Amino acid sequence: MRLYVEGIGLLGPGLDGWAASREVLAGDAPYTPAPTNLRASDMLPPAERRRAGVPIKLALAVGQEAFLQSGRATSAAATVFTSSGGDNDNVHAINGILATAPREVSPTRFHNSVHNAAAGYWCIAAGTHEPSTSLCAYDASFAAGLLESAAQATVDNALVALIAYDHCYPEPLHAVRPITAAFGLALILTSRQSDQSIAALDVDFVPGKAAETAMQDAGLEALRRGVPAARGLPLLAALAGSKPAQISIDYLDDNHLDIRVTPC
Amino acid sequence: MAEKRDLNHVIKSKTVTSIPSGKYYGSLDLQSLVISHHTLANSLGLGSSATMDALRTRCSGLAPCAFEDVDLEAYIAKVDALDSYRVRADLSAYDCRNNRLAQLCLEQDGFEKAVAAARKKYGAARIGVFLGTSTSGILQTELAYRHLDPQTGALPADFHYAETQNSYSLASFVTRYLELTGPSFVVSSACSSSAKVFANAQRMMAAGVCDAAVVGGVDSLCLSTLYGFNSLGLVSRFPCRPYDADRDGISVGEGAGFVLLERATSENSSTAMYLLGVGESSDAYHMSTPHPEGLGAKMAMQRALQSAGLQAGDIDYINLHGTATKSNDASEGKAVADVFGTSVPCSSTKGWTGHLLGAAGITEAVIAMLAVEHGFIPGSVNTQRLDPTIPLDYRIENGEARVERVLSNSFGFGGSNCSLVLGRKA
Repeated sequence: MRLYVEGIGLLGPGLDGWAASREVLAGDAPYTPAPTNLRASDMLPPAERRRAGVPIKLALAVGQEAFLQSGRATSAAATVFTSSGGDNDNVHAINGILATAPREVSPTRFHNSVHNAAAGYWCIAAGTHEPSTSLCAYDASFAAGLLESAAQATVDNALVALIAYDHCYPEPLHAVRPITAAFGLALILTSRQSDQSIAALDVDFVPGKAAETAMQDAGLEALRRGVPAARGLPLLAALAGSKPAQISIDYLDDNHLDIRVTPC
Repeated sequence: MAEKRDLNHVIKSKTVTSIPSGKYYGSLDLQSLVISHHTLANSLGLGSSATMDALRTRCSGLAPCAFEDVDLEAYIAKVDALDSYRVRADLSAYDCRNNRLAQLCLEQDGFEKAVAAARKKYGAARIGVFLGTSTSGILQTELAYRHLDPQTGALPADFHYAETQNSYSLASFVTRYLELTGPSFVVSSACSSSAKVFANAQRMMAAGVCDAAVVGGVDSLCLSTLYGFNSLGLVSRFPCRPYDADRDGISVGEGAGFVLLERATSENSSTAMYLLGVGESSDAYHMSTPHPEGLGAKMAMQRALQSAGLQAGDIDYINLHGTATKSNDASEGKAVADVFGTSVPCSSTKGWTGHLLGAAGITEAVIAMLAVEHGFIPGSVNTQRLDPTIPLDYRIENGEARVERVLSNSFGFGGSNCSLVLGRKA
């Protein structure tokens, strides 16, 4: 499936936006880890802004950056959200509340607990009635999101925003699911080349194992391995390099995605 | 707010208009996809025929809440067979209420056998698995939090996060159980999840990523859902009464359903069941309240009809989302009346099954197919006095009729909407 990238958004530890991180990802500047610069999105009305947990902050920040770069209207795009977890702080809190009397789960906690909470807030902020889906494929959540986005762009001829995010669980869940940082990335994807196209992607689902493309920098490689959504970092590194590249991203145990990146 | 307006202005004013976008219909021959097998497991019984029998005999699966130590005054639709049931020994790490229900359902209606035949025909890597769930195996975590280590606060040693709590647990379990290696993921968009997976499968097949797909969904009872909906004031103290003037909330249920989706061939008979159309939309209105005028619902139904190449008059029965909350039924009723007028027979079957949340889409899609197969229009149990402000041909009593094509609605939190059109090829 061939698709074109028109915008990129990024927010992670020491990666404060795509524009600010591009040289680091291209290997032209050193990577310096720092806590992810989470902030409430000005896209949301004040009431929703107050209720936004980490995933919503990540999703809106990267989505907004990618849309601004593409120049596309947020209302025109279908969205694919993908995450291994949802709002992990909230899930922890709800489990704690349910384990002790009285079991008073607040309405906001409950509606923020759905896996598609970030999608719901995005659609309100972006004013979009286009289709939105929210996926999970554990460690392969980024690969699943990219595959679904590619199918939507090519089959439905849709303008698609892919938004991937993950963040740490508090203990005790962190011990059994050690996600190491808050990280999000976004790609604006279309099936046709335009003046806004940055690069072409040829995405193929391939049966069998392959050697995953790793990050050159040890710190970025640790991030890639430590956060499911960061499995997309090699693709961003290839886009940052502005050179033709071929990368491989694991999907499930016995299949993977091959991605050819061709700058426009 | 000034900040927000400025930002939207920046985004919108830079709009590029040279490339058409947002086209979700007409690009595919959806009529080429057949549903070759289906299966259900829920409080009405095991297998699609158990659901059909309960519909005919008007026997509801709802009963006063007796689940774990839940202290809510409510009715629930429980699958009693799960309590003494375990998943296959080689997959024991996956053992949790949700995956038990998945396996119990896969064992019905010769479904495993049908998938085995498909595996032989297409190859394991050419069959996708696209499943919906809202809460997956979260019950396992809820119970584990009662048994944290008093010294360290750690979870019990036998807690398996990836295999139970994680949303993907369901698809991971099903791919292993059915020995499939094609693309798979879970869609978790609350109560529209297992309707939306039909769209995912259809796209993957159209893109050539797979030749067939196991599509479905499973949701099982848990405390998060029961106490969560209760906190929103959306749980009825009575068995839910869809579209009743006095409706006052949902009854939560658990259930599972799967279908096998394949490309149509010349071998398909005239009675083959087709996935005729899918329509998806977003409300962009509120996290837990539907758009009052049913704007998103209307768009989903219109897109489904458009993708099927059908007119409103071609639909013989509508299986409504009909949760029995004040707001859902009012807004859905307006949307349906806007798209279909007031003469298409429709009903919600949630009075039988309860609200199956992430499994509602697949369960009601199969019920819609049963309506076609049996020339049967389900009515609505528990509904006594229809809401006079909703102008629909809402059926309380069951009926017999020729049913060729049906529409099934599923709407979820976050304003996530999906409508399916199923039935015979025109």
